[in-house]
Amino acid sequence: MDGLLLQAVVYLAAAAISAPLAKRLGLGAVLGYLIAGLVIGPFALNLVGETEQVAHVAEFGVVMLLFLIGLEVKPALLWSMRTAIFGLGLGQVVATSAVLMAAGLAFGLDWKQALAAGLVLSMSSTAIVLQMLEEQGLRRGAAGRSAFGVLLFPDLAVIPLLAFLPLLAMTAAPHAAEAAHSAALLEDQPAWLRGLAIVAAVLAVVVAGRYLTRPAFRFIAQLQLRETFTASALLLVVGVAVLMQSVGLSPALGAFLAGVVLAESEFRRELETDIEPFRGLLLGLFFITVGAGLNVGLVMQQPLLVGGVTLGLMALKGLVMTLLGRLFGDPWREAGTAGAALSQGGEFAFVLLTFAVSSRVLDPGLASTLTAAVALSMAATPLVFALWRRLSRPSVETDVVEPENDFADADPKVLIAGVGRFGQIVSRVLGANGYETSVLDNSVEQIELLRRFGRRVYYGDALRLDLLRAAGAEKAKVLVVAIDNAERATELVEMAREEFPHLIVLARAYDRRHAYDLLNKGAHVVERETFEGGLSLAAETLRALGWRAYRAERAARLFRLHDERQFEKLRPLWGDEERFTVASRESSPRMDDLLRADIERLSDDDPLDADDQEPDPGR
Amino acid sequence: MAEARARTLLIFAHPALERGRINPAMAEAVRDLPDLTLHDLYEVYPDFTVDVPAEHKRLLAHDLIVLQFPLYWFSMPSLLKEWMDLVWSRGFAFGPGAKLKGRTLLCAVSTGANRDAYEDGVYRFPLGDFLRPLEETAVYCGLTWADPFVLHGRDAMDARGLAAGVGRYRDRLEKLTRTAPRIPGATA
Repeated sequence: MDGLLLQAVVYLAAAAISAPLAKRLGLGAVLGYLIAGLVIGPFALNLVGETEQVAHVAEFGVVMLLFLIGLEVKPALLWSMRTAIFGLGLGQVVATSAVLMAAGLAFGLDWKQALAAGLVLSMSSTAIVLQMLEEQGLRRGAAGRSAFGVLLFPDLAVIPLLAFLPLLAMTAAPHAAEAAHSAALLEDQPAWLRGLAIVAAVLAVVVAGRYLTRPAFRFIAQLQLRETFTASALLLVVGVAVLMQSVGLSPALGAFLAGVVLAESEFRRELETDIEPFRGLLLGLFFITVGAGLNVGLVMQQPLLVGGVTLGLMALKGLVMTLLGRLFGDPWREAGTAGAALSQGGEFAFVLLTFAVSSRVLDPGLASTLTAAVALSMAATPLVFALWRRLSRPSVETDVVEPENDFADADPKVLIAGVGRFGQIVSRVLGANGYETSVLDNSVEQIELLRRFGRRVYYGDALRLDLLRAAGAEKAKVLVVAIDNAERATELVEMAREEFPHLIVLARAYDRRHAYDLLNKGAHVVERETFEGGLSLAAETLRALGWRAYRAERAARLFRLHDERQFEKLRPLWGDEERFTVASRESSPRMDDLLRADIERLSDDDPLDADDQEPDPGR
Repeated sequence: MAEARARTLLIFAHPALERGRINPAMAEAVRDLPDLTLHDLYEVYPDFTVDVPAEHKRLLAHDLIVLQFPLYWFSMPSLLKEWMDLVWSRGFAFGPGAKLKGRTLLCAVSTGANRDAYEDGVYRFPLGDFLRPLEETAVYCGLTWADPFVLHGRDAMDARGLAAGVGRYRDRLEKLTRTAPRIPGATA
């Protein structure tokens, strides 16, 4: 227990110190983690013992990352990205493997070893690349899309690869390739059974995701127990990962699939927000373990060999990816960005290299050189990427300013908190005028009702800062606070003004007093919730008493004008309960007088209303 | 001398400013003239609820009143008419106690057509005829009717024509602020 806590302290301290420092230096958090890992690793301070177990846990960060990305990718979007995934992804694996194999042959490896090394090294690091692109706000641009396709493909390809690698060790038997699925639980079962298991598992994720998770989450949400929701979200991701692993699929791929299935669920934002911190922590941990696992001894012994292999690997991979990007129609700069991003070896390489050694495909010496090279290339990627970004600045800037919106939702300009009877009207008027709104509500019944009408609403408590952020508060222009609990509305206004000073905040007020409160907390516009309705009914009442419609309407509107003026006038007194009460009591008879005068003028003196008093120059 | 300038109230009426081209440019060209108050009717009264006492106060605080609007169906946009109907009331604009006497009224009008359309018989009347109701109102209420300023859309099709047109407008208004009389005792 003590050991565990001590380790936690070391890792957390490394993360807490290195990431902000690296970010401050403009290097990106990933590089910071890697360096921190190096520092606490066995070759420097040696603060951590065996990193293997930690690395195993940390790899789960990648699974969560893929789940979160899945949440952003609706099935239709995935389909529209098929060129990127199967074209670019497959192309990248084939072309890179071929080029790397050629390089291996040139250095005197036999073809089997060269091919195996090529295949293993062709994969890039999902964790590093996506984290990096995300940090730079590039994930949604052209480069991000290409990179994503390329990264997703190896998750699909790793299964056949695991099957294919052993074949390079012995003489290939006919039809062996199809039969050689590697599966943890079902290893000894016949191939058809394992195939069936895979299909069943995928189907289970899709069907359960579609039909079981929503009622389950709805039930949990109704309990209003936040930690239960978090636990369930984690359970979902871990469960899917375990299921996938048991049938021999990549857990990351399974998590991605689960994410896609849930992308259209109303709980998407809440899931995202709940998983996000775990993903961040675990990925950080993952990078630290990569840094700690770097075999500095080997690098020191053969600095030229390892350095050369690393450089060659990165140059070839970057080049192939850039050219492929061009081939698929990306502009030079975007293709280059994807190339620079994808120039490292991936975390799969560690697994595959170990596997290749154990199946006697690669000799251990070569494998450890390659492992060191992959780790080095991972560490170098953020540097290379930052360098490339600096060199290619102009076009990349425009990429940031105008991100293409097809990778996720368009960033809505309007955020609405609370979509009950009040917020709904706001949301519908905006929708009718072509504004996409991002809506949060914590009543499950309400969400269900609105979803039935095809509206996009997310479950969640708008007072959670992280959730507001996930709903797009940073990019939105206005926030409409329409929740019906006065105190919470005030709280939300205060928080939003503090955290997102760029937002224009418009708030629903319970009454006059609440309206003052909201204004004092920084709301730009307030609307008393019953005011307009009351005015309209008053106008109708005047009509029922025999007034003509225009006169009744104008009377109501004039009342509003005067009332708004009073509202402004009494505002300085708000807070001084006594003076405020006296002043508002005194102001009401005067308000009546003003109104009467105005209405009388309208009916008697107005040329519009009184034919017999038409201005007549002859008079 | 600077203090001799007339205080100008620019009543601006354009229901679709975001689609307008000439009128925004006109307003932009003159808004920084000294002692000019720009009053954008459609922005202040989106629901047509004109605040009569406030309008009275505003009118009384100025010497030169400019009505700037695009010609809609040979007349003014409806909110400007509503504003006239409600604000130019008995006891304020005319009748016993009329208070606007001695002020100057200038109409600044933009049209979609060109000058010829009004002069060569495409329309049956010259442009000035369509402004007669306003002219009559002004004179009836004791204001001085200034010769209307007109900017024809066809003359301002390109950027250069537009710039020349709004330049003329600014010069005209500038000159008027020097020549229009100041009303002594008129206060806000």
